[in-house]
Amino acid sequence: MSTVAQGLKPPSGSAVARSPREGTASWPLADRIGYWLCWIVGIGLCLIALAIVLFMLVKGISYLRPSMFVESPAPSAVQSQSGGFLDPIVGTLIVAAVGIAIAMPTGVAIAAWLSEYRRPAWLARLVESGVEMIAGVPSAVLAIFGLLIFARGFLGFLSETDAGGTVSGKSFFAAGTVMAILALPLIVGSTREGLAQLPDRLREASFALGRTRITTIRRVLLPAIRPEIASGTVLGLGRIIGDTAIITIVLGLTLTNEGVGHIPVISTLRGTGSTLTSYIYANSPAGEGSAPQKAYAAAFVLLMIVLGLNAIVTRLTNHGGPAAERGRAYRLLRFEWIPWTR
Amino acid sequence: MRRWASGRTDQRAERTLGALAVAVLVLIGAMLITVLVKAWPSFAHNGLSWFGPGGDVDAQLRAMGENKALPGHSIYYFRAWPLIWGTLLTTVSAVLIALVVSTLAAIFLTEFAPGAIRRVLDPVIRLLAGVPSVIYGLIGILAIAPFINNHLISNSRKASVQYVVQLNGADLMTATLILTVMILPIMVAISAGALAAVPASWREGSLALGVNRWRTIWRVSLHTARPAIVAATVLATARALGEAVMLSMLSGGRGFAPNLLDGVTFLFEPVRPLAATILQNSEGLTIPVLAHTVYAIGAVLLVSAALLSLAGWAAKQQFKRYGIRA
Repeated sequence: MSTVAQGLKPPSGSAVARSPREGTASWPLADRIGYWLCWIVGIGLCLIALAIVLFMLVKGISYLRPSMFVESPAPSAVQSQSGGFLDPIVGTLIVAAVGIAIAMPTGVAIAAWLSEYRRPAWLARLVESGVEMIAGVPSAVLAIFGLLIFARGFLGFLSETDAGGTVSGKSFFAAGTVMAILALPLIVGSTREGLAQLPDRLREASFALGRTRITTIRRVLLPAIRPEIASGTVLGLGRIIGDTAIITIVLGLTLTNEGVGHIPVISTLRGTGSTLTSYIYANSPAGEGSAPQKAYAAAFVLLMIVLGLNAIVTRLTNHGGPAAERGRAYRLLRFEWIPWTR
Repeated sequence: MRRWASGRTDQRAERTLGALAVAVLVLIGAMLITVLVKAWPSFAHNGLSWFGPGGDVDAQLRAMGENKALPGHSIYYFRAWPLIWGTLLTTVSAVLIALVVSTLAAIFLTEFAPGAIRRVLDPVIRLLAGVPSVIYGLIGILAIAPFINNHLISNSRKASVQYVVQLNGADLMTATLILTVMILPIMVAISAGALAAVPASWREGSLALGVNRWRTIWRVSLHTARPAIVAATVLATARALGEAVMLSMLSGGRGFAPNLLDGVTFLFEPVRPLAATILQNSEGLTIPVLAHTVYAIGAVLLVSAALLSLAGWAAKQQFKRYGIRA
């Protein structure tokens, strides 16, 4: 398909759709049923989304108190005394920061190699399939794999070692690193998409000036696809923030963020804690806390963060950069842009 | 292949970037090997009957956690069938429902939806895809399950199976419905993308022959987009297979195999798939025997995910024929 044809014409042959004589009255019954089913499903999806947002909004607003943002969780069976979720919010930020700090440079580098070098070709194809496979691995499996790695003796400095010499393997370092694996495919996909759209003349002009490939990548290509890199990163962020399994298994699920050792920042990173998702899980009837009001309030905050990230991705992919030039109507609906596993 | 001026720094850069890319493969290899090695004792002690039925999974897991073997069995005794059956039930039914619904939604989005609705539906789909699974779980366990418990399950139905299992609304039906909503967005997105990419002239040809629009969509557009729909189904299956949090919240902590012979009650029986079981036993990973078993469950999921990604790759080879990217 040429992109020009798509750019000029709205998708789905609307020319046909707008034909005044084309009604459904002349169709056979089965076809009309199909037509109405389409409408029902389409409207139904909108209603489901509306129901989720409204439900969370009502519950969130009725249970959320400003004090929850500044209080640490406290162990108490009474919901009015069990504190707020300061620590989980901080925990979410730390995990997201560690995860993105690792995933973004790695993802961009892998994408650059895949798009710009690709030698040997068979290896590149293998790596492509590898990235896709990583995207399909359940996060619970990533989590137990991460625990296995970080509980090795020689990585003991990244988490807590108890008196008997057993390494717990649970820390913000560990959780952030495993989260990076989760975000990697999204960043690689988005960056590659961006690089593939750049016209060859950009590269050729740069080579003609005697620049090497790596300089071209760093000075010309990567700056040109900043919106794509950013949207991949934001998507990765959304996936990191929304994941629960990795947090439950690799972060230790302590009520407050507890440092290990005495060096200020490092001790927190080596320590255990919780995030918004694990806080919700622990306070739901399925967890130990069972404080539904707290769970609703935290879920509302989490949903707002996710909606905010969603809005950022929409802006990034709608405006500026080569993405907009292509004018592909269904660009936003492509699956690379959807954090489809959490 | 293009030719470039390449200096020493460039070679070094290529090697560095290449090494990072190869690290992805190393990571996958390490994951497969470490998880399988850690899982091996569980498989070795149970043989192929690991996958078969036999007793209460929860009792077996609890026995490992307390380090007391069940009478007459080794400490490693584990029969995963209820969990596997639960995984199959939730995954297959959610994917089948989602396949029908997403195809209709994709047709609606690309063919029938008026501009205004289409502009609403786009962000709606992205929103549904972005909601974290823990929120879906929370809504399920706090809103939908109590509703089903109070309004749809009669007391006589509860009494009919009370010696086997408690019915409380956290059940197969709720889990499947929520799982369907969770995997829908990706399927709609890919299918709609493929439908939109069907060459307009192909459809116009069909319309010019006097075929109505619905038949044209059915025979021409859907037929062309079929490989993309297959790929979407594969991706959605991977997602449903790996979903742990929502299903763990909705499973009621009971590894029960819903029994088809129970008739309609079957829909209201609790279910807990493999991934949710990993999550629920994560506290016990310091206990060696339990850890081996949990890693065995992980290994099964990992191998299934690898096979699915292979299937997805095979499906993708087909779209190239039509020039449809997905």
